[in-house]
Amino acid sequence: MAFFDGFYLNFIKDNRWKYIVNGLGVTLRVTLFAVLIGIAIGFVIAIIRSTYEKTGKLKILNFLANIYLTVIRGTPVVVQLLIIYFVIFGSVRIDKVFVAIVAFGINSGAYVAEIIRSGIMSIDPGQMEAGRSLGFNYIQTMWHIIIPQAFKNVLPALGNEFIVLLKETSVAGYIALEDLTKGADIIRSQTYSPFIPLLSVAAIYLGIVMLLSFLLKKLERRLRSSER
Amino acid sequence: MKKFLCLAAGLLMIASLAACTSKKDELVMATNAEFPPYEFHEGDKIVGIDVEICQAIADELGKELVIEDMAFDSVITSVYTGKADLGAAGLTITEDRLKNINFSDPYATAAQVIIIKEDSDIASPDDLVGKTIGVQLGTTGDIYAEDIEDATLERYNKGFEAVQALLQGKIDAVIIDNEPAKVYVSQNDGLKIVDEAFTYEEYAIAIAKDNTKLLDDVNAAIKKLKDSGKLDEIVAKYISADN
Repeated sequence: MAFFDGFYLNFIKDNRWKYIVNGLGVTLRVTLFAVLIGIAIGFVIAIIRSTYEKTGKLKILNFLANIYLTVIRGTPVVVQLLIIYFVIFGSVRIDKVFVAIVAFGINSGAYVAEIIRSGIMSIDPGQMEAGRSLGFNYIQTMWHIIIPQAFKNVLPALGNEFIVLLKETSVAGYIALEDLTKGADIIRSQTYSPFIPLLSVAAIYLGIVMLLSFLLKKLERRLRSSER
Repeated sequence: MKKFLCLAAGLLMIASLAACTSKKDELVMATNAEFPPYEFHEGDKIVGIDVEICQAIADELGKELVIEDMAFDSVITSVYTGKADLGAAGLTITEDRLKNINFSDPYATAAQVIIIKEDSDIASPDDLVGKTIGVQLGTTGDIYAEDIEDATLERYNKGFEAVQALLQGKIDAVIIDNEPAKVYVSQNDGLKIVDEAFTYEEYAIAIAKDNTKLLDDVNAAIKKLKDSGKLDEIVAKYISADN
């Protein structure tokens, strides 16, 4: 009975379940768009860095990319989030979901860049030479030969990064954005129940991550089917 | 031998974990030390009215006061789960809170006030309808602001972050306890407090439901502090009468 009372108090009474559902929506929205931004940034940075390492070109861009990687990977995401909200978007009234997407996207981009770069560097130089000798230029070889192989190699690491990103968004409450974790915090602040709200959001995060892992595994298997 | 060593190491770890819970001669006080003048960091110490009152209670009981600084919305949960003996963080007695914990006799009266920018058109609590209001998560300001019509509520983890958002024009007003409000307004240019208070309330110390012995002890200690004039002394030390 105690459980049902607790469930009623934490979710049914005063429509408190809305904090969880709305929070989940915010968390998923932030994660999805941050992943897209992260991939876009990461891809560009990875190409710049690996091109520099392989050919010595793009020296200035490589220098800038290195600064970006150092700063973003060298500071905690909570601090970056607060800086973007309170310093960069200082005196403007701005949609907090947008701020979170930008902050987590920029953060994720740095990690994705290194993951993709490791994939590109892992491809045998002979592949590039073969592509070039067949008449492809550098960009064509990259696009048609190197990247597809690299992508397959880094997929597990990339999936891991997205899982981490989903869970990292739980600090979005610092800028008063009502994400899933903040939803539980709000319920907790009203009902003072330590268990049910926290365990519920933990279960929700776990469920999403399990679904994500399942889909990634399927994708991996499909990409591997060409190997034999 | 190896197995035995592993077992011994394991037991030692468990023992050291168990040692983390509050000891008999300690009085653990849960608070959120971002709430001047009731509790705030000064140098490497946490000081304030609540801290001194709890110190006086601890002296009375012959125990050593241990302060645990945490997020405001965790204070009551800590008391409820027994992680802390006392919760003293400018806690207002509310019905919902009483369902989970006991409160001592009140030791201070306070009000929830509205902080606005000097050029704001908000002149009374009635003007808050439809505005964006910043509060600290779990405070009484948060609870009462929920009832304001059409208002958007932004719940910050810390009071000063809400004030910062107000300064930057991200929100229209902040509802918070009057004493911290005075401190925030005096520290930041361009802010003022609306004359009419939002609500009035009383602060008390939170104690776990099953710990009636401590509740009696704390009530007795508070009564003694009130009778001897020590309570007024502590309050006067932090709040000067003219502001």
